[in-house]
Amino acid sequence: MKAAVVVLPGSNCDHDCLHVLRDVLGVDARFVWHKERELPPVDLVVLPGGFSYGDALRAGAIARFAPIMEAVAAHARRGALVFGICNGFQILAEAGLLPGALLRNRDQHFVCQDVRLQVEHVESALTRTTGGRHILTMPVAHGEGRYHIDAEGLRRMEGQGQVLLRYLEDDDRVGEVAGINGSLAGIAGIMNAEGNVFGMMPHPERAAEPLVGGPAHGGSNTDGRLLFEGLLHDAESAR
Amino acid sequence: MKGYVNHVPISDALVAEHGLSPDEYQRVLEVLGREPTLTELGIFSVMWSEHCSYKSSRKHLGGLPTSGPRVLQGPGENAGVVDVGGGWAVAFKMESHNHPSFIEPYQGAATGVGGIMRDVFTMGARPIASLNSLRFGRVDHPRTPYLVGGVVAGIGGYGNCMGVPTVGGEVTFDPSYDGNILVNAFNLGLLRADRIFRGYATGVGNPVIYVGAKTGRDGIHGATMASDTFDEGSEQKRPTVQVGDPFTEKLLLEACLELFATDLVIGIQDMGAAGLTSSSFEMASRAGTGLDLDLDAVPQRAADLDPYEMMLSESQERMLLVARAGREAEVAEIFRKWDLDAVVVGRVTDTGRVVVTWRGETAADIPVDPITELAPRYDRPHHPPADLESRWRLDLSAVADPAPGDEASARLTALLAAPNVASRQWIYRQYDHSVRVGTVRRPGDADAAVIRLPDGDRGVALTVDCNPRLCWLDPLRGAALAIVECCRNLACVGAEPLGTTDCLNFGNPERPEIMWELVQAIEGIGLACREMECPVVSGNVSLYNETGATAVKPTPSVAVVGLVEDVHRAGCTAFGRDDLEVALLGVLEGPEGGSLAGSVLLSDLEGRCAGRPAAPDFARERAVQGACRELVRTGTVASAHDLSEGGLAVALAEMCFGGPGYPQVGVSVHIHPRARLDQALFGEDGGRILIAYALDDRALVQAVAARYEAPLAILGLTGGDHLRITDHRGHALVDAPIATLHEAWRFGLERALGYGE
Repeated sequence: MKAAVVVLPGSNCDHDCLHVLRDVLGVDARFVWHKERELPPVDLVVLPGGFSYGDALRAGAIARFAPIMEAVAAHARRGALVFGICNGFQILAEAGLLPGALLRNRDQHFVCQDVRLQVEHVESALTRTTGGRHILTMPVAHGEGRYHIDAEGLRRMEGQGQVLLRYLEDDDRVGEVAGINGSLAGIAGIMNAEGNVFGMMPHPERAAEPLVGGPAHGGSNTDGRLLFEGLLHDAESAR
Repeated sequence: MKGYVNHVPISDALVAEHGLSPDEYQRVLEVLGREPTLTELGIFSVMWSEHCSYKSSRKHLGGLPTSGPRVLQGPGENAGVVDVGGGWAVAFKMESHNHPSFIEPYQGAATGVGGIMRDVFTMGARPIASLNSLRFGRVDHPRTPYLVGGVVAGIGGYGNCMGVPTVGGEVTFDPSYDGNILVNAFNLGLLRADRIFRGYATGVGNPVIYVGAKTGRDGIHGATMASDTFDEGSEQKRPTVQVGDPFTEKLLLEACLELFATDLVIGIQDMGAAGLTSSSFEMASRAGTGLDLDLDAVPQRAADLDPYEMMLSESQERMLLVARAGREAEVAEIFRKWDLDAVVVGRVTDTGRVVVTWRGETAADIPVDPITELAPRYDRPHHPPADLESRWRLDLSAVADPAPGDEASARLTALLAAPNVASRQWIYRQYDHSVRVGTVRRPGDADAAVIRLPDGDRGVALTVDCNPRLCWLDPLRGAALAIVECCRNLACVGAEPLGTTDCLNFGNPERPEIMWELVQAIEGIGLACREMECPVVSGNVSLYNETGATAVKPTPSVAVVGLVEDVHRAGCTAFGRDDLEVALLGVLEGPEGGSLAGSVLLSDLEGRCAGRPAAPDFARERAVQGACRELVRTGTVASAHDLSEGGLAVALAEMCFGGPGYPQVGVSVHIHPRARLDQALFGEDGGRILIAYALDDRALVQAVAARYEAPLAILGLTGGDHLRITDHRGHALVDAPIATLHEAWRFGLERALGYGE
């Protein structure tokens, strides 16, 4: 298993993702600079969170034109794994590698707190190891995380099981729009129709070690780790 | 270039416009031996501004303790540095951005964060945690909701983009800040103990390199503005507020850290207040050298900048560095990778002068040492305010002592919803506090934030505090109490203090009663830092925080950084589970029966600020904190919380709530009020920490408390869904459902500010 973490100008979760992949999960992971035009031979490409290009215009709008992105798109077309977290998700949506768009949070404020996510199904590389645990806890930290897509697009996604994670409200239900940021149908994480490109606004890398995973699960929260493990497992079995 | 003339006749009016007194102008003539050019006048104006020269405070700051076994760099550099072991060190500093934030809250606060981060990464450190200390006017002042919203968004906007977690802070609402808010930003960075960079321009012939953003006209005379009081026309000063670009600063940070990993850099300095002027003079001054600067080489983003503007611009995200001669191209290459300018703008000389040329002319030629040595220093007259003794008079007869039961419970509910007590979650949820995956204790989790360090189990704990009401009533005691409270906060997470940074916010020092507050507060900080062994390693002074005749309450904000030996055993506030025994380290009621002097009960529910706070009992503090620290470190105590604003009842409630995501738990305790019930419940004496531990560990807790000679009172047990406080006969003094109390506390701030839900 080899992974690459793309470093764009303004990426700020790049070190966090590399740390979790390499130090926590023991993956052979490395940074790839945005000015590169080719990816090293890797199974998984991670687009990390941050404020690439200062969120100029719209989050992810400039990053999709970064030189490395053509290689990322080609990697996706080959059916290999691409995982966008937060700003990475925004970039994948802007690049058309994932459907929909991420808009400014409904209340206009940046929001950072733990959220609970309902796992929709375990038939994806991302969610396959979440097995018995149907609810995951991890932080969000974003100002533009309101997922939006037209009605037809939403129907298609729902029909194809592309919605993987939804925000849970305090009453343990999914809202028509998420309370945390206004996301349509409570959508927090999705995949493409082919099932190899993933995007989510919450940060699994921030809930991969008990020490920094916050108070959930009695202070032993590693829910985020499960999602990475799912991708690793998929990449291993594809070899 | 339209009409710029450097050699203009210097009129008295021009001197006054530059904030220089006639005496100070005489010194200018003395330093130069001739009349200054316009550019030179501007340079003197900013270098001798209160903000840059500390001319009113320097005499008194000399009395602060600044050294200790762990101090690697004390005051005088961009930030202080302390050793945290294992080859690592942390650099930290706090700085004010008060005046700009009142004029333009978003940009003012944002650039405050940007400035303090540059101070820290200039030392060679990667910023890993931020705090802030904010003071606003009363919540129902028409401007307050706008200012709070703007400042919070600005801090978040900059810090979040930088990828540096904002892990803690404090907020006070008080009418004295109606016309002068205070925004103090703290940052802490991590570096190798043997790789500290400093602001020295050494090595004749070495290149002076300008890196970062291009220079524009923004922020010209910001330092001078920050050294003046506000009046009706202050709104029009908006153009002097700089505009922040955190994206550029993020690139600058990464480029600088890459540069620091090489051997190319001799010295580096942030271009903060007074921009190119202060960075060049300070670097030359520290090294005892001179600099030749060629302004035509300075990257510019505005057309036709003249030398006056270039020397005084406070455009953000810029650094000045001195590199090894002959290796300029290697420096430029690193910055090119990050799409930033790195341009040679001068050379180090042995002339002892900063010589500035522009379009073939000498725009300024000033000797370095005299501008520092002959800088005005004032021993300003000071005396206590005439009404001091009347401030100390606290007549409680007009304050109804609540009857036990429903009345006292209602009092607690109201206090939990009060602006100075209610949950700060509305604020801190706008700050990214978990980026960098190092935050062990998040905002709201504990009395101090805890960040893990690399290589092993160590961590740093950090906290910021100041109670301006106590400082107004007695600035010496108030400032000392702020230090001991920070240390108490550290003890609650199991940390020992390493060092302190301070940010002294006061009114106009030319008024003797304000100067007295400043002198007293510095003395209080010095006293407490000696007693608690947490030397001051960096700091900042912000004076002239007043509008019309109204000065802010004296506000010496202090942040203390501590060391946690094992982050897996960092304490937290929440009880989190049933059947823990709850005890108080310290005594419930002091000699005066639990002090309501300057208490939040009086300020927020009665609109009064009166009484004289008790002097800190340092021996008691050391005993209580030492016992608490040991109990947390050995894992006996997992939840510990100090009693501060709102006293015992508020502290108990906060432990029942815990931080976001903790399970809520009830508690039942018994106390023996000696006098008024509200003094016992809400009195704010220092030296007290609530702890909770497994019942089986009682004997162990008692033994540790006894060894430290810390008083220990066993109060009760956690469990149920009510907060119950009974007297020794079992009669309920307070009895309220946790859910009701939590609802009042959690949304109190939003409601008070009218933000809705």
